[in-house]
Amino acid sequence: MPSTLSHAHLTLTRAPRPPAGAPRDEVVAQLRETARQIRLQDLALVHFAGAGHIGGDFSAVDVLTVLYGAVLDVAPDRVDDPERDRFVLSKGHVAGSYYVTLAAYGFLPVEQLATFLKPLSTLGGHPNRLHVPGVEASTGPLGHGLPIAVGQALAARLDSSPRQTYVLTGDGEMQEGSNWEAMMSASHYGLDNLTVVVDRNGLQQGASTEASMDLAPLADKARAFGFAVSEVDGHDHGALLDLLGSRERPGGRPRFVIAHTHKGHPISFMSDQVAWHHKVPDADQYATARAELDALAPAAGGAL
Amino acid sequence: MAPQGPRRGPVRDGAGRAGRPRPGSRRCAVTQRLAPRWLEAETFDCRDAFVETLVALASEDPRIVGVVNDSVGSSKLDAFRTAFPDRLVNVGIAEQDMVGMAAGLAGGGRIPFVSGAACFLTARAMEQIKVDAAYSRNNLKLCGMSPGVAYGELGPTHHSIEDVAWLRALDQLVVVVPADPVETAAAIRWAAAYEGPVFVRVSRTPVPQVHPADHTFTPGRATVLHEGDDVTLVSNGTVLWRALAAAEQLAAEGIGARVLSMASVSPLDTAAVVQAARETGALVTAEESVPRGGLGGAVAEAVVAHHPVPVRMLGVDAFAPTGSAGYLLDRYGMSPEGIARAARELLHRRRS
Repeated sequence: MPSTLSHAHLTLTRAPRPPAGAPRDEVVAQLRETARQIRLQDLALVHFAGAGHIGGDFSAVDVLTVLYGAVLDVAPDRVDDPERDRFVLSKGHVAGSYYVTLAAYGFLPVEQLATFLKPLSTLGGHPNRLHVPGVEASTGPLGHGLPIAVGQALAARLDSSPRQTYVLTGDGEMQEGSNWEAMMSASHYGLDNLTVVVDRNGLQQGASTEASMDLAPLADKARAFGFAVSEVDGHDHGALLDLLGSRERPGGRPRFVIAHTHKGHPISFMSDQVAWHHKVPDADQYATARAELDALAPAAGGAL
Repeated sequence: MAPQGPRRGPVRDGAGRAGRPRPGSRRCAVTQRLAPRWLEAETFDCRDAFVETLVALASEDPRIVGVVNDSVGSSKLDAFRTAFPDRLVNVGIAEQDMVGMAAGLAGGGRIPFVSGAACFLTARAMEQIKVDAAYSRNNLKLCGMSPGVAYGELGPTHHSIEDVAWLRALDQLVVVVPADPVETAAAIRWAAAYEGPVFVRVSRTPVPQVHPADHTFTPGRATVLHEGDDVTLVSNGTVLWRALAAAEQLAAEGIGARVLSMASVSPLDTAAVVQAARETGALVTAEESVPRGGLGGAVAEAVVAHHPVPVRMLGVDAFAPTGSAGYLLDRYGMSPEGIARAARELLHRRRS
């Protein structure tokens, strides 16, 4: 096995966006398979780079895939279009899965993924809006994405534009006070063009979120801050599509989607294990994880 | 642009207190040896020039919005709110959210002028300024109101003497400390036209106009306001007129003091500093902030790297005791006489 990622390990292929009006079942099947491909590619990136945040990558992949595959009104040739939808990845440490998602949908050449974390690569440990096409905000420090997304949504409101803003935050990240400042603002300005998705995997760097600093009752808190709250299985592509893809908006209220996820999903030895926040799979673990993802291929009859 | 809110009468200390005579005046140190020119000068609150300029710019450019942390009054933005009620975003008392939202507004094609008391804007939102403004190179303008010791008696919790040093450390951020209404208006006009993050200090402490009406702001460019070859005084902000008055005192004693107006702290006009070091052989810096890392630090770095000569750094280098802004500037050695004394001492040391 080579010590660095080579082009032989670039297994990702471009995923076509499903055409408008495609049957839901087909769209969901395509999203599911794309998410599996993204995980396979991200696994190789982290393994060969010897660094990354694979646990959070894998809890966020399905939300990212559904957003880029079927929800966001964005495209590689429209990254500067003022009327594009905005997506802010607040949990910037899952850059690996984000880069692979962007590559899957054509924002980056797949070959560029081979540079992940290498010296002078534009694909560093946290996404940079100036260097990576499609990235709306340079994130990494937690608690930054939500205020930025509120500003984006307010700009759309000032423009009387129908464009939508989505932000994906971690759940541990909700311990940052800046998020609650921003949520007050979103509610105060009645930004129903804003959707906050919380990747609720229940784990942060060192322990569970509840042991570190209890977030519960998160839904009630968001409701009290004026949000329309939904909860969803964050690995269920159909449910995510129905919820995030809906253009119905609660009148005058921003949306708060709690996506219940598992860190490291669906890898047997990673799932819900706090150590996999930024642990790197060794050769054996890499092979095992690959085999588990291969077993989920449509031909093998599996489902994520 | 004619500055608003002129006050006739002596240059005095204290936020909003000019023109009110007080027994046992604290301004004796300032006025002791002041030329009539300074005693009779009109003084200005630079916030008036700030808001007048911003309203004019916003009338021309619909992208401009104001963003405040409940600071409409202290930023004097009432006129802006009246003119553009939909374009003044109040985030409440929440500075992290204020800068983050401004970054999002910039991403949505707006040009946000973020306006709040410099002490809270910079200290409370430092990481947002670093990441969401500077590192991200978002097109937003940070306007630090009433910086330095402008809040006088409110004390060091409300003083913002560290902002220049903190923000000068950030790559990509232009740091501007205007000295009078003309320069404030020029800096705001330049910031609106520049595509990138800027920090501008906007003071409430009354100052006389020291720059000609057609003065323009260019980043990294100093202006010589007084010629001299014996020593150089480098200053900006509310201290600049004091340096100019000091140079006039020194001239009367036969000492030629060059005065460099250095509103652009980052980037610094290194060439002007090095030329001054080479031609005058000694420099005094004077600023309404902590000199370590501030204007003094910036000038000293340039001098040490390119043409080492003695540098004396004046500034508010400690948590200040209770006192008005003017009193405190005097106390920290920045009365005109204090600046002149520092220059004399430096020259004496060089000659001895």
